Amino acid sequence: MSTTDDDVTIADDGSFTAPLVLAYPYDRTVGPTIGRFLTGLMEKRIEGTVGSDGRVYVPPAEFDPVTGEPCTEWVTAADTGTVETWSWSADDERAWAMIKLDGADVAMMHRVDVASADDMSTGMRVQAQWADERRGAIDDIATFVQASGDGEAGQ
Amino acid sequence: MRDVAIVATAQAKSTVNSTLTTPELLVPVITSLFEGLASKGVERTDIDFWCHGSCDYLTGQPFSFVAAVDVLGAWPPIVESHVEADGAFALYEAWIKIQTGQAETAVVFANGKSSSGPVDRILALQHDPYTEAPLWPTMTATAGMQARAALDAGVVTERAMAEVAARSQRSAMSNPNALLRGEHDVDELLAQPYANAPLRTHDCPPVTDGANAIVLATADAAAKWCDRPVWIRGIDHRIDTQRLGARSLTTSASTAIAADKAGAGNGKLDLAELHAPFTHQELMLRSAIGLDESVDINPSGGALCANPQMAAGLARFIEAADRIANGSANRGLAHATSGPCLQQNLVAVLEGAS
Repeated sequence: MSTTDDDVTIADDGSFTAPLVLAYPYDRTVGPTIGRFLTGLMEKRIEGTVGSDGRVYVPPAEFDPVTGEPCTEWVTAADTGTVETWSWSADDERAWAMIKLDGADVAMMHRVDVASADDMSTGMRVQAQWADERRGAIDDIATFVQASGDGEAGQ
Repeated sequence: MRDVAIVATAQAKSTVNSTLTTPELLVPVITSLFEGLASKGVERTDIDFWCHGSCDYLTGQPFSFVAAVDVLGAWPPIVESHVEADGAFALYEAWIKIQTGQAETAVVFANGKSSSGPVDRILALQHDPYTEAPLWPTMTATAGMQARAALDAGVVTERAMAEVAARSQRSAMSNPNALLRGEHDVDELLAQPYANAPLRTHDCPPVTDGANAIVLATADAAAKWCDRPVWIRGIDHRIDTQRLGARSLTTSASTAIAADKAGAGNGKLDLAELHAPFTHQELMLRSAIGLDESVDINPSGGALCANPQMAAGLARFIEAADRIANGSANRGLAHATSGPCLQQNLVAVLEGAS
């Protein structure tokens, strides 16, 4: 590790400040539920589970958030969905959204790649844009984009 | 239940200074706490239990809280615990420790150096490690989605949010520990551009470094250590599911339950210190608890004016307790939150002489 002079500051009182970048790149076994979900993403398939009340959770819930019962029934959702709520990140000029996929009842969080906040609206239709190289991770969905045929954003 | 009181408090002046170490942040606070107790003959060796709230992720160093023990003085041996959470949750642990009879007195303390790194990005790590955290959802991004949902539902308005910001910064003009303060015209605030739409800069908390501490004591100790103890009449902590999509983002169900269990509605509240880092969250909390216009909300200015991560929740207890201790209020509510979009909520009802 090395730092350039630009990264280092020495204050008037002599205190020294330099960058420290931490990373925790572990290999982990994620278990049968998240494992099946991430495996599906590699194959461009988005799977979820059914909760105690029949609601479909995508990504899958391992246990129902209310009853605590294991969720063992699986459902495949579409890679298209509807924006339930969103925000616009000025820092990296992309939107965040809670997206309810077609075939799911619980919205998932992801990014939406649009040119500006003006292109976002609650209720707009979006579709997943798959990464070319997928590795079994949530960012196998590189981003969501406005669904084709949804020229009029919003409802 | 054993009666437990807040008998002393101390706070550091909020700052933004990434060169301060954990001990350097805490030494003045712990020193001030015991200077305040010196006239009652209280020394550090009189404390049965020490409980600390802080976050290694903010410090960028595993077991960073161990350095805090140097501040307390580890000899003679002390009984000490730590929560990777806001100090308000350390207070909850200490309260339970006293309830079990294992302690009569406790010091609860908290510190957060939010300026060490990109705090908004660091807090992305509180999300699900497989389905959300790899996307790096910032605290502001998720709060923005919550605000949008509340705006869409008509639960809040951008004007009401700006009014919260203006009132908070006006109140903070009398709070020497605040980082932001001032008079603002609501229309001028609303004319500002969005920072993270639908949030404007005034809707979001400032990056803040800070530390604070509280002494808890049972009735016998409180009578000796303090002229006007502030009693914890009720305290409760509830959690909504971590899945933002599986819960309503326009209400705070866990806050409503916690407030009910803590007995918030069992009498008139003079004030409420709400840990709402974002303006729309204050409006949602007021609704969940059922606070009407007669209650003085965040007379300190709240987390919108000073938001030391891991200490801002305990600060709500201090700001409420100090006003009850000095007689300007008698019954108040303290609230602390943790996690994205008000996921966890702790509510306590504080009271002076009944």
